[in-house]
Amino acid sequence: MSVPSQKTQQTQASSSQPCGCQPSEEEMLRSLDAVIDGFKKTDGALIPILQTAQNLFGYLPATVLKHISMRLNIPYSEVTGVVSFYSFFSTVPRGKHVIRVCLGTACYVRGGKEVLEAFKKNLKINVGETTPDRMFSLEVGRCFGACGLAPVAMIDEDVHQRVKSAKIREIISQYQHEGEDVKEAKS
Amino acid sequence: MTKVLINHQEVEVPAGATILEAARKLGVEIPTLCYLEGKLPIGACRVCLVEVEGAKRLVASCSTPVTEGMRVHTNNKKVREARRTVVELILSEHEGACQYCTRSEDCELKKIASHLGIEDVHYKGEKPPVHIDASTPALVRDSGKCIKCRRCVTVCREVQGVGALFPQNRGYKTVIGPAFAMDLDHVACVQCGQCAAICPVGAIQEKNDIDKVWEVIENGTKHVVVQTAPAIRAALGECFGYSPGTLVTGKMVTALRRLGFNAVFDTNFAADLTIIEEGNELLTRLKKALVDKEPVSLPMFTSCSPGWIKFAEYYYPEFLPNLSTCKSPQQMFGALAKTYYAAQKGIKPEDIVVVSVMPCTAKKFEAQRPEMNASGFQDVDYVLTTRELGFMIESAGIDFKNLEDGQMDSPLGLSTGAADIFANTGGVMEAALRTVYEVVTGREFPSADLRLAPVEGLKGIKAASLVIQGTLPEWNFLENVEVKVAVAHGLANAADLLDQIKEGKASFHFIEIMTCPGGCIGGGGQPRYTDDSVRLARINAIYQEDAGKKLRKSHTNPQIQKLYEEYLKKPLGERSHHLLHTHYHERTKV
Repeated sequence: MSVPSQKTQQTQASSSQPCGCQPSEEEMLRSLDAVIDGFKKTDGALIPILQTAQNLFGYLPATVLKHISMRLNIPYSEVTGVVSFYSFFSTVPRGKHVIRVCLGTACYVRGGKEVLEAFKKNLKINVGETTPDRMFSLEVGRCFGACGLAPVAMIDEDVHQRVKSAKIREIISQYQHEGEDVKEAKS
Repeated sequence: MTKVLINHQEVEVPAGATILEAARKLGVEIPTLCYLEGKLPIGACRVCLVEVEGAKRLVASCSTPVTEGMRVHTNNKKVREARRTVVELILSEHEGACQYCTRSEDCELKKIASHLGIEDVHYKGEKPPVHIDASTPALVRDSGKCIKCRRCVTVCREVQGVGALFPQNRGYKTVIGPAFAMDLDHVACVQCGQCAAICPVGAIQEKNDIDKVWEVIENGTKHVVVQTAPAIRAALGECFGYSPGTLVTGKMVTALRRLGFNAVFDTNFAADLTIIEEGNELLTRLKKALVDKEPVSLPMFTSCSPGWIKFAEYYYPEFLPNLSTCKSPQQMFGALAKTYYAAQKGIKPEDIVVVSVMPCTAKKFEAQRPEMNASGFQDVDYVLTTRELGFMIESAGIDFKNLEDGQMDSPLGLSTGAADIFANTGGVMEAALRTVYEVVTGREFPSADLRLAPVEGLKGIKAASLVIQGTLPEWNFLENVEVKVAVAHGLANAADLLDQIKEGKASFHFIEIMTCPGGCIGGGGQPRYTDDSVRLARINAIYQEDAGKKLRKSHTNPQIQKLYEEYLKKPLGERSHHLLHTHYHERTKV
């Protein structure tokens, strides 16, 4: 089954926005509909469509789930049943950047837990939460297949290797600045 | 055909049949909880485990097909112990409150546990939190009692095409319910109660209105009348040990009188009235279409079944103009009891309480629809299911089996055989044709015994057509017209038929739709457990009741004739419009 990769979706979403600002909900729904319609005749299309929607919207709001239910003609209860079954799907807003700290075996023995604690302390949030400025969400990952580089943390699509607790503040600030750069460029 | 040995007995079944089916053919009982007749097995409950010689593990008999020469053991130590473990694990999470659960006498889980000789549950641990959803007028769901067998999920999605229920969350946290485990009144549930009818335990039940009815009866200041739907008389006996399909009309009337109702009436009376109004509505629509060439919504659909009405409001709003504007017989009865009957008796409408006994849970919802107050008050005050009535009779200490037969009271108690057959799929169509054909031609409906075989039976969608000839002058626009009718029961079948019409693959003039499989006799409020053999037995009883009536056509009911002379004046007249007709509105599906 061909699933549009996160990368493509992100490019699609941002390419329609030459100004670089967030696409409107309506525009995102339009891109989602194009994907849904492409899947219309495929059985088992719900999960790839939910993945696409989560990539577009950052999370799965009820309005989007209802939209998917209507357009695919699948009962709403079934759509939310699938969403609530998989921990990958989130129905609460996530930050602009999703930090996933690996706690797989290799990362765990090489200090993944300390790395996670450092992220918690720096961001002042717990696992599953989002910072009040909506910049960062913190999650736990179970092995990204980069055990040789342990401990590993992923921020969005970037893999940060051999992370040390002392370096966390620096890593976070890279992403914070990135946001400010965009704002400055705009103004 | 495949030959297998079950407990050393040989049996031959078609290739692809399951071990469970083979065992049942032999008369070997295997306990099941999630299994539903005619539906794809899901193997969720694991109660039907059996041993197959040569297999590494025990297998679920409901979902394992037989193979040639297979040797199966359904009752040995290994199987019994495994089933015991499975049932104990289910019981360990089951907040059954069995001492006072209303299902304790017919609880399938309790029965299986007792057959397995379970005396204690060896698995102690956390139990899931209990949430009781009493948000709708018709149904109460108790998550603590739910054993997650998913029968309700299957029936709601596959039989009714609704899909209001689905497992939410995962593992230990799984709950069966609407989206995000919301309450039922937040979602598109039609309140048909098929989930309550097939739930093996007490997790989904009708909302109990028994105490409210006792209160108005005992209060003594109100004139409390009761109406019983056509399907009750063919099923109520099952609450007292009679076999399915035993007619208990007379005993039911006596029991109702003993319970203290001031008058015992018949929803059948209003069913006869429905035929007059609906038949005239159909002829009016046909005339508009064929003579006046006016735009008119055809096919016309029957509107007796409140689950179907709510289904159309959610899922097929484009067909709402096609629904007959006639209220259901229950609501016509309520409106007349608090106007026509009130005036006759010299009782103020506010002093009359109308109680209905229905095979249906959706009727509880219908009675509370805000538009159902033509008398100036809520036309029907309380709705009891067949099961609730059975419970009331039993708890009142009435020896039902030894009751003498009673007669319904006048004037709202007289009915024809056409009203009886409102209880089963195809019956409203036959009843309508008996009257419409005679009105148009002056001759009796020409089919054998006033019945129309193609629209009877348990097939999901049925169709028939007849060419009308020899019309009376007033109706000569129907001469040689081929009238096409269709009948569907079970909302998934109804949806299928509606889609065919939408796509232009089928066209009809008149369509009967009943929410529940088999029609009202298989309603969500009927005695448990209803399968196709029970449905057929009840349908036979209904036709027996019809055949036993002297009057079998609605327009020949003298009390209906009198009602028009004295009160309504004419079908579709002003009073009818006000009291007997209604409107529908689109509802948000998601």
